[in-house]
Amino acid sequence: MRRRDFFAALGGGIVVLLVDDSDAQESGGGGRRGTREALPQNLSAWLHIGETGMVTVYTGKVEVGQNARTSLTQAVAEELRAPVEQIRLVMGDTSLTPFDMGTFGSQTTPQMGPVIRRAAATARETLVDLASQKWMVERATVSIADGKVLSGSHRAGFGELTSGQKLTQTIPSSVALTPAAEWKVAGTSVAKVGGRDMVTGAHKYASDIKRPGMLHGKVLYPPQFGATLASLDRTAAEAMPGVKVVREDNFVGVTAPDAATAEKALAALRAEWKPVTAEASSKDVFAYYKKNSRDGAAENPHLTAYTVAYIAHVPLEPRAAVAEWHDDKLTVWTGTQRPFGVRSELSQNLKISEDRVHVIMPDTGSGYGGKHNGEAAYEAARLAYASGMPVQRNWTREEEMTWAYFRPGGLIEVHGTLNPDGTLATWEFHNYNSGPSALQTPYDVPHKSEHLHQSKSPLRQGSYRGLAGTANHFARESYMDELAHSIKMDPLEFRLQNARNERLRAVMEAAAQKFGWKNRQQTAGRGCGLAAGFEKGGYVAACAEVSVANGAVKVLRVVEAFECGAVVNPEHLRNQVDGAVAMGLGGALFEQIDFADNRILSDRLSRYRVPRFADMPAIESVLIDRKDLPSAGAGETPIMGIAPAIGNAIFEATGQRIRTMPMKLVG
Amino acid sequence: MARVRELHVNGAQRHINADPERTLLSVLRDDLDLTGTKYGCGEGQCAACTVLIDGQATKSCLTKVGTVAAKRIVTIEGLAPEGKLHPVQEAFLEADAMQCGYCTPGMILGAVALLERTPHPSDAEIVSGMNGHICRCGTYPRVVSAVRAAAKQGGRA
Repeated sequence: MRRRDFFAALGGGIVVLLVDDSDAQESGGGGRRGTREALPQNLSAWLHIGETGMVTVYTGKVEVGQNARTSLTQAVAEELRAPVEQIRLVMGDTSLTPFDMGTFGSQTTPQMGPVIRRAAATARETLVDLASQKWMVERATVSIADGKVLSGSHRAGFGELTSGQKLTQTIPSSVALTPAAEWKVAGTSVAKVGGRDMVTGAHKYASDIKRPGMLHGKVLYPPQFGATLASLDRTAAEAMPGVKVVREDNFVGVTAPDAATAEKALAALRAEWKPVTAEASSKDVFAYYKKNSRDGAAENPHLTAYTVAYIAHVPLEPRAAVAEWHDDKLTVWTGTQRPFGVRSELSQNLKISEDRVHVIMPDTGSGYGGKHNGEAAYEAARLAYASGMPVQRNWTREEEMTWAYFRPGGLIEVHGTLNPDGTLATWEFHNYNSGPSALQTPYDVPHKSEHLHQSKSPLRQGSYRGLAGTANHFARESYMDELAHSIKMDPLEFRLQNARNERLRAVMEAAAQKFGWKNRQQTAGRGCGLAAGFEKGGYVAACAEVSVANGAVKVLRVVEAFECGAVVNPEHLRNQVDGAVAMGLGGALFEQIDFADNRILSDRLSRYRVPRFADMPAIESVLIDRKDLPSAGAGETPIMGIAPAIGNAIFEATGQRIRTMPMKLVG
Repeated sequence: MARVRELHVNGAQRHINADPERTLLSVLRDDLDLTGTKYGCGEGQCAACTVLIDGQATKSCLTKVGTVAAKRIVTIEGLAPEGKLHPVQEAFLEADAMQCGYCTPGMILGAVALLERTPHPSDAEIVSGMNGHICRCGTYPRVVSAVRAAAKQGGRA
């Protein structure tokens, strides 16, 4: 955006632009009147205090249920000494917010949190300057509390001070921040921002957006991945009132005035497809990974194999988009974790420049790493272009579970040896296809080799909450349990003996203590298991208790200890831990994408079981608040210890070591 | 079959012109712009589309609009018509019983119907009464707390 357009849009007030330190030209630290034509290139956030005193912060991060809107608002409230209600966040709008890579990898808290905090701290100091000048008082006498600027008998709201100002502060990202030990708003359980609109149904998700004259779009997908269109008879569909059929090579879509007609029109298309032969199915895919490994396969005959199935994110709101063209400019509302990535995709696929694409991301019905791309946005844009009207393209559940991407499946092979005293001597770890996250063991081993083997995936695969961290933790922590049992050592004692890292030890000890690990009773049909690990700046340990009856596993209780530096919002963190336990339990016990013949067989919720109320164990979380450490993200790592803790508990209950995710008892 | 011309929604008679075979979900969302009722699966597995029909929690994705023309329908938009939240809505906010919030309208209406049926449910009754609802974010323990708290408050509007 051009600078003058930006200021025209904002009106008067104070603007704080946050740039990276590397930009020497913009890192002056002093106030400057906005005269340059373009905005700085490497802005990461900006903050505006308007003449009403309302604080608006612009960030490319998005809200997908992880409560980033709340935690970032807390950061601003903290540094500006202003109430949460006075702060509004504009998130993930490609025309209004600075560029951002996307909301993934638990990066919002450690990276965007400090950025926004610095912008707010600078705005606070600017308000102090303004007050000191206006009232002609010493700067040191001016303070800010509860959204008011004070000095002696002087008192003003932010708006009174910023009124008539057009002041821009461009600051380096190294300005000093309030230490976590002194936090008053951050670090507390501020209620979810926007929560009221969710309980009243007022919040408009992408799938709820309506535009004047909007049509409903549907897309014809092939019956198999990779099948190509041999012929298409569109006569019957086109005979329906208001229906338009669009065909461009393999892309076939319809638009209609209402969703029901669009569905009928789609069903009326007569298509013949050229079939393809599948290379693998869910039954033989693990051998397929090894066979297709790009750097060959491990040969150690002592390796123990673990497998992890493909699973689906199942965001309760499937992919959805509305696209609208004005002249040659495109506006798209869509639920995505990467609005700027979607802008780039649309620009490339539609062959128009990025400045003609505007992506708006309403807070979306979850993602878990599953909404990185703009499939629905692209389809809506093509159909809107062809029909000349705005088009809504909301995916069905079956489309979401077939044509999105999956968490990668994987084959993991492990071998470790012990010294006579039970310390690890060697460690060999091979991951085929599932990914590098948490590939390295956090335990101390003098001789280790850890490898990711890239392979071929018969299914489209991508990001997922925790990425391969869950798979790698499952294999490692199950195998650690096997090693402990092989020398008849308590699994907790065995891990502590092999872990020097104090943060890792702290979560293990905290979880074990809360769980009552050392005093646990041996009861027929019941068992307890433990697992621990580290990823994305967070340390996690989980203890699980299960009962096994008639071949069915019920998780009774989970205690999870988690440490991610200084805690920003304890209740929301506990909420994330609860959610991670639930989601982790699904992948541990029953979630699995079945596929054969290049088709997804488990393409709907009646064929793909996700965790429900009745599956929930009693969950207790232990948060270790390290105010001396920077805050790390918390949406992902708490999922990683669940599956191995459950698996190890199943072993204690039954003597069966289950090395597959999902875990299924034999007999 | 005759087209459906009227629907009694949230205390008002609304004019529509719908094929009776269409789902109530689609009519609510597309014709009446009551988008608080959500699509989640289209096969009655997730209950995101729950509305109250004559007080009963009902999955609107499986309900043909022709079958409810004479009935009283309440959607999430009708639960706090004057802006004053229903005790169940208050309890969900208080317990932080949501993350992305997409399942929340259906969850809340399911809980309202449960508390009408069973004003003082045990935790086991809450779990079995709500088990048809999916929260993919996994806020189940908090939903149970919210329903329990709403029951203590009397649970009804």
